[in-house]
Amino acid sequence: MIIGLGHYLSVAAIVFTLGVLGIFLNRKNVIIILMSIELILLSVNINLVAFSTFLGDIVGQVYALIVLTVAAAEAAIGLAILVAYFRNRGSIAVEDINLMKG
Amino acid sequence: MILHAIFFYLFAGVTVASAAMVIASRNPVHSVLFLILAFVNAAGLFVLMGAEFLAMILIVVYVGAVAVLFLFVVMMLDVDFSELRRGVLTYLPVGGLVGAVLLAELLIIVGAWAIGPEVGKAITAPIPPSTAIPNTQALGLVLYTRYVYFFQAAGIILLVAMIGAIVLTLQHKPHVRRQIIADQVARTKASAIEIVKVKVGQGLS
Repeated sequence: MIIGLGHYLSVAAIVFTLGVLGIFLNRKNVIIILMSIELILLSVNINLVAFSTFLGDIVGQVYALIVLTVAAAEAAIGLAILVAYFRNRGSIAVEDINLMKG
Repeated sequence: MILHAIFFYLFAGVTVASAAMVIASRNPVHSVLFLILAFVNAAGLFVLMGAEFLAMILIVVYVGAVAVLFLFVVMMLDVDFSELRRGVLTYLPVGGLVGAVLLAELLIIVGAWAIGPEVGKAITAPIPPSTAIPNTQALGLVLYTRYVYFFQAAGIILLVAMIGAIVLTLQHKPHVRRQIIADQVARTKASAIEIVKVKVGQGLS
């Protein structure tokens, strides 16, 4: 039983789908949506590292590191926006964020 | 090889299960804890793939920083989370359909993935054998030379994120008296002290 590239890509695909599903299902809670975005970025990282390993090219790990940086920055900014929004409005429901109706 | 397979299925199974629990859990604190579990097991997958440095960074950055940040925010916001859970089931049919289609497409693509014979020529920085150079050193040899600008850009991104988060969340309360250093420095002897001649026996009126 040899674990190949397809196995790791399948795990990443399942985690990615779960992240997208989290955004679909939790239409009210912004914190769950932020965590779903973290899951999606994690699956991207799994993909990058898997390709890096199975191609024998270390550049994929460099890109995974940069994706990790962007994910951390995104989480910090997203949570800061969330805290500022909660101070102003007293709610974090996504349905209430409709001030700028399109 | 069989041990490799066992650990792969262990880490992959726990990763997928805890990722499912992140979006299914009723309590957001439980969601954050399952997110931590998913990241730790993804770090195990990274170790299996030979990316030890990224695995440790994943644990340090995510479990040490991001997940604790999430926990702080979840506990700090005074929100009735059970009220926010309402209406999940109304989106389940459409969301489940979209998710199933997406998952099927992705699995069809990656299931039949094979690396072409020409790809081997296009490798820019081959991974050295792990007996010669450990993974961390190999990553550093590439990251600090060829991709040093990416490294600097990552640092700038983190700096901007830090300043942005501080600017967004810092608030000055109006009734708190704060030190104004410019006013302190601008004081002179004339404005600060006054010499009063007091006559004997009269006192200050």
